Amino acid sequence: MIELYILLLFMIAAAVIAVEIRDLLSAVVAVGAVGLALSVAFLVLKAPDLAITQLVVEIICLIILIRATVTRDRVAARGGAALAVGAAACAFVVLFLALARGPFAALPPFGAPLFRTAELYVEAGARGESEPNLVSTIILNWRAYDTLGEATVLFTAVIGVLALLRRHGRKGAAAEEETE
Amino acid sequence: MTVYLLCLVLFLIGVYCILVKRNLIKIIIGLAISEYAVNLFLILAGYRMRGRAPIFSGDQAVANMVDPLPQALVLTAIVIGLGSTALLITLAVRLYEKYGTFDITRIRELRG
Repeated sequence: MIELYILLLFMIAAAVIAVEIRDLLSAVVAVGAVGLALSVAFLVLKAPDLAITQLVVEIICLIILIRATVTRDRVAARGGAALAVGAAACAFVVLFLALARGPFAALPPFGAPLFRTAELYVEAGARGESEPNLVSTIILNWRAYDTLGEATVLFTAVIGVLALLRRHGRKGAAAEEETE
Repeated sequence: MTVYLLCLVLFLIGVYCILVKRNLIKIIIGLAISEYAVNLFLILAGYRMRGRAPIFSGDQAVANMVDPLPQALVLTAIVIGLGSTALLITLAVRLYEKYGTFDITRIRELRG
């Protein structure tokens, strides 16, 4: 499992760079490094479907982020947060860690999953009632309503993006015609 | 257990970025980092030591599989994360077009 630790440390280092660097484009590239390392980590954790999805999503996300930052504000990512804000954030982080101790103690040890709900799916699959790939069976068969909800959310997000990117609303277009 | 702790550190880096930074793009980056950490945590919780991918093949024993359920749900979460990130970036770009800056302290309506 040493490769998992290396990947996690790499992700933490890249995340710190992404948070602290001033140049926005460099920050976006660093967050891309985090996402691609996450894709490799999924592969190490025996989740090939997730690795493929994460790779595609990360590249699309990177393209959108670079498109948003490339010509804008090359110098303006001033770190300069007020000292009080930084102190408050650090206090919050410490509080979070203190509260997280209990749940962490209750977690099953790493490498031994609970496997309670999935047992039903795996048994049905072992009887030959599902596709060989269990993840796609769960998404498209056992939990198809989840996938329907996901498609709805994605569709709503696309509608929101289109509505925001529209140059003029109906009202604005009418006003413009009047001025012409 | 150390893996969980490292994952938590990654999440806290994202939370710190959201709380402290003034730049809108930086805030979106922090959100993305904490999202990655949560996805990774769920997959870590379903990992079985020396397990195999949840795909049936001839020589696959059932007891030797990683948990497929978190994988299926995280797949959904990744795609939804892409949608919400795209929406956030669009909002940030429109705010930039209106106010000429990503700095939330200089954007009038966002001053808090």
